[in-house]
Amino acid sequence: MADVYLSGKFVGTVEDGEAFANSMKEERRRGALSENVNVYYASRGDEVHIEAAKGRLRRPLVVVRDGRPMLTSEHVERLGRNELKWSDLVKQGVVEYLDAGEEENALVAFFEEELTPQHTHLELTPLTMFGLVTSLVPYANFNSAQKVNTGSKNQKQAIGFYASNYFIRMDMDVNLLHNPQMPVVKSIMHDISEYAKHPAGQNLVVAVMSYKGYNMEDAIIINRGSIDRGMGRGSYYRPMIAEELRYSGGLVDEVCIPAKDVKGYKSEKDYKFLEEDGIIYPEAQVREGDVVIGKTSPPRFLSSMEQYSLSAETRRESSVSMKHGEEGIIDFVLITENSEGNKLVQVKIRDQRIPEVGDKFSSRHGQKGVVGLIVQESDMPFTASGIRPDLIFSPHSIPTRMTMAHLIELIAGKTGALAGRPVDGTVFDSEPEERIRKELLSLGFRDNGLETVYNGETGEQFQVAIFVGDMYYLRLKHMVANKIHSRARGPIQLLTRQPTEGRAKEGGLRLGEMEKDTFVAHGASMLLKERFDSDRTIVPVCEQCGMVAIYDEYKRRSYCQVCGESNISFIEVSYAFKLILDEFKSLMLYPQLKLKTKY
Amino acid sequence: MSANALKDLKAVLPKAVYEMVAEALPEKISEARAKEFAQKVAAEYKEMSVEPGESVGLVAAESIGEPGTQMTLDTFHFAGVSEMNVTMGLPRIIEILDGRKNLTTPMMEIYLKKPHSEGEDIKKVALLVKETKLKDIALEFSINVAEGKVEVQLDGSKMRELGITDTVLEKALKFAAKGVGVDIKGDTAVLKLKSKEGGVSDVFRLKEKVKDAFVRGIRGVSQVLPVRKNNEYVILTFGSNLKKVLQLPFVDETRTTTNDVFEIEDTLGVEAARQAIIDEVFKVIETQGLNVDIRHLMLVADVMCADGKVKGITRYGVVRDKASVLARASFETPIKHIINASLYGDIDKLTSVVENVMLNQPVPVGTGLPKLISKSK
Repeated sequence: MADVYLSGKFVGTVEDGEAFANSMKEERRRGALSENVNVYYASRGDEVHIEAAKGRLRRPLVVVRDGRPMLTSEHVERLGRNELKWSDLVKQGVVEYLDAGEEENALVAFFEEELTPQHTHLELTPLTMFGLVTSLVPYANFNSAQKVNTGSKNQKQAIGFYASNYFIRMDMDVNLLHNPQMPVVKSIMHDISEYAKHPAGQNLVVAVMSYKGYNMEDAIIINRGSIDRGMGRGSYYRPMIAEELRYSGGLVDEVCIPAKDVKGYKSEKDYKFLEEDGIIYPEAQVREGDVVIGKTSPPRFLSSMEQYSLSAETRRESSVSMKHGEEGIIDFVLITENSEGNKLVQVKIRDQRIPEVGDKFSSRHGQKGVVGLIVQESDMPFTASGIRPDLIFSPHSIPTRMTMAHLIELIAGKTGALAGRPVDGTVFDSEPEERIRKELLSLGFRDNGLETVYNGETGEQFQVAIFVGDMYYLRLKHMVANKIHSRARGPIQLLTRQPTEGRAKEGGLRLGEMEKDTFVAHGASMLLKERFDSDRTIVPVCEQCGMVAIYDEYKRRSYCQVCGESNISFIEVSYAFKLILDEFKSLMLYPQLKLKTKY
Repeated sequence: MSANALKDLKAVLPKAVYEMVAEALPEKISEARAKEFAQKVAAEYKEMSVEPGESVGLVAAESIGEPGTQMTLDTFHFAGVSEMNVTMGLPRIIEILDGRKNLTTPMMEIYLKKPHSEGEDIKKVALLVKETKLKDIALEFSINVAEGKVEVQLDGSKMRELGITDTVLEKALKFAAKGVGVDIKGDTAVLKLKSKEGGVSDVFRLKEKVKDAFVRGIRGVSQVLPVRKNNEYVILTFGSNLKKVLQLPFVDETRTTTNDVFEIEDTLGVEAARQAIIDEVFKVIETQGLNVDIRHLMLVADVMCADGKVKGITRYGVVRDKASVLARASFETPIKHIINASLYGDIDKLTSVVENVMLNQPVPVGTGLPKLISKSK
């Protein structure tokens, strides 16, 4: 007696669990049961599980009967002639989807030759073990598994042609590659997924060599000439949004050019791009500080005095302006209204991003690196046939990563580019390396991809032959222009008078607790004091009662407000300390400062 | 003869170092040569000493703390003995420096006197150290409510193996369960409640109590493991009781140690505890393959033992004794310290590092130490 569970719930018992499960499967293949139902028999515990819940992970396999696959060449032919569809195969019980449970009852063969009468299923193709993006890694079966994984992660960060209606979309923080290409070395997934409609990289001539140490630690060298011809060039898009919010009391924001009497008015220069409606015009070249959408808000607190006063209420300036370090060109302006019926203004800003030192590039094998140097084309090394590489890749990046596919792609790409044909690099089913090498030899090149290379600066021939080839490179979305940050002087926090934190607020980099310790360990006492001087203040202190006194600027006189004493000394402390004294006072503690001559 | 020449040196060097130097000096040496030698040693010693204003404490903290981040593997297992693993790595260092009283793995290393150290009766001797409870030598406990007695089926072979005689057992049981009649016949021990009105719960309680009755050995030593170490037999134990072990006649009391710093402090004093702290921390760092100068550890141990008793580097130990309110407040539970300071009117003299960083004043180490002195008129 076997227990039967439906979606995890006990429903009853059957005499022979295994036979029951098998008959259920047959019924499903016949079409009597939904193809979404999975059944499996657990011999341990003698249970039959019927699963029909949504959200199960399932994968397709060819059904095998008596060691013969149900899928015949006739099926394939009819599929090719478009007389059959995939769903027909599923309906006919030729192909079925198994979930994790039913897989336990199945014996799956990888290839048709391996089939024995015991087998129940046949794998469609080894490609099914990879996801969509991982299938795009060419020759992935020659790579270490970990690098195949990082390679697919890198492809997700590549900038490309992400959507053909990009110019009317209001996406946050997107990049667009100007001249994307289809890879020369591709996999079958490039065709299936119509990669040509949304490519995300370019085929570059790559030389594997060191270059004056500028490509150590995974850095890459880039040819200035290639950049000038448009290699890796892209645009960065960012929308700026302003909304006319409604407040209590019938008050409302207004998109307009702020009047000069508005509280917080910047300067006439900052509003120069605004048109009469208070919104910037397209194709305006904006820089940091320029107002993009002019807006005013009603005063924050309506005091009773102001309500009856004759003077006009002073509105607050609340324009949207370019942040620190940002620049670009206004791409397009959209005026609409939001779900509450308020006026909504969106302005899209475009910024051309030319590759620069520090930008991140990657091949499809997890070989990522940043640009270490941009070399004039005239200084770039060149091959005997006069080819100057677009990119120089460091050979030291290879041994520890074991990305053999990176090297195979270089040769395959070179052959494909020279022969003018795409090369198939589908995982486990790729064009063999030997055949590609033979073809390369027949094209008049060395079959191992090596070339005689000359020093671009001196014209001397290098003592060794250099591995030069063609491969698909991706420009990743991490760009220095979005990350560069420095500060000398800048904004401070209101409460502590210490520098603000973070790039967006033009903040400082904190010298933390442990960093402080290193100064102390060196005995660099005065240097430490100077480092922490960012919130230095000079405070008058009453010698009598030890409280912080005040200085009357008008009378040019300092006195203590607590005891009236005028014996006041000025001391230099951090503002944070003055703040903690104030906090102590608010806790009804009496922090007394006892002064002493320093020397 | 050369003692005269070394006179100056004696004033400069610490006693132990001086003795080492004096011993190393050859017998036959001219007065002038000896003097020259003494001067050189004095100069070397001065050269090696720490300069005034050097922040030794912070350097020690960084020197131990940074390698601490690289430490891995926190336990160490003995082959063949289950449940006998030793806390090592960072958890052990934290345990020592925090001055914890209850260690996760208290252990002893018992050295033996002559015949036993060569392997004679080593197993027997080891079992004498191990704590044996009644349940270790019993097969079955049964209760007889009607007669108010507990019957214990003893494991005769095990008793013989452990060398426990009936008289020893009887004595131990009488000590463990007072006011109970003990009668041992062959392989059964019968314990009978003397009071007649022995209820079910009383008998049951007696059974539970007698299970854990201490029969023989050293209390707290739950496992013993005789091992060969440098051509002699040593007993490693799990569980520690230094005071009791040192009283055993066959134990070499000059070399026997425990990893429990507080037991060492109790039996041998703070100086020994200080050395134990250094040894225990150094042992961990050494097994991790890290390289920390022992003088950093010595400084830490000195700080922990400076008061005459071992104190951990916690808010209840060393930090509590800091003079500065602000320094204490900057290290855990600031509110408590500020409330107490305000209640008692504490004064912070700003003599140490943390307070001065808070006020942004020069810290009194290194370049912040020297002051200009001028005559006032």
